[in-house]
Amino acid sequence: MEVPILKQGRYLIATIQAALSDEDLLHLRRALLERVIQFRSRGVIVDVTALDVMDSFATRTLRDITYMIRLRGADTVIVGIQPEVAFAMVQLGLTLEGVATALDLEEGLAHLERRARSSS
Amino acid sequence: MPDDIRVLIRSNLDIVTARQEGRTLAARTGFSATDVTLIATAISELARNIVSYAGQGEIVLRLAEGTNSRGVMIVSRDSGPGIRSVDDAMRDGYSTSGGLGLGLPGVRRLVDEFFIESVPGRGTTIRVTKWLR
Repeated sequence: MEVPILKQGRYLIATIQAALSDEDLLHLRRALLERVIQFRSRGVIVDVTALDVMDSFATRTLRDITYMIRLRGADTVIVGIQPEVAFAMVQLGLTLEGVATALDLEEGLAHLERRARSSS
Repeated sequence: MPDDIRVLIRSNLDIVTARQEGRTLAARTGFSATDVTLIATAISELARNIVSYAGQGEIVLRLAEGTNSRGVMIVSRDSGPGIRSVDDAMRDGYSTSGGLGLGLPGVRRLVDEFFIESVPGRGTTIRVTKWLR
């Protein structure tokens, strides 16, 4: 299941639409990094609203994506973590340290805009 | 038991299948959305351990019948290298495969009952149960 990546001005929006295998997640990581370079994107939003489980591998991959994109000078926001998914992650001991999160797409875009303003 | 749902775990694709089967069984048993997610997450981690450490194995899901409660039991079984020190493996932060080292203690926090038996060279069986409340 490939994750569609939409280009919206200086930003990229990846919307996960179904459960992802490890391979799908690694593919997303590669595709996002390639697009960030190709389009000189300033920010990335990964919408995980449709993810019903975020286990250790998914969490680690999302964190890696954020760190890699940061090395390119761009920001990443993870949006839409479901309340029960957040609960399970904390119980499991998983954290997204140093990773920006927001309630939904709108809040995620607002976060990127704020970051862009403060750094210009 | 005829009601057992058996999922062979041979690759990371099977992890997705196992947790979806678990989600369906848990929802049918009457678990809340939160508990269904906890169960699916536990299955994901157990199946992941099979792929990472043993290469292959199986996840068996079944309805658990208690004296006055029902639940879901998840059995994770492999014939892999086994765990040399179960005590070490149950400590937060311990890992031998460069993972996050949160696997088993984390899984134990997601469920109500946790049982592990591991014989070096023979394999590992983990049995966890989540009860309806």
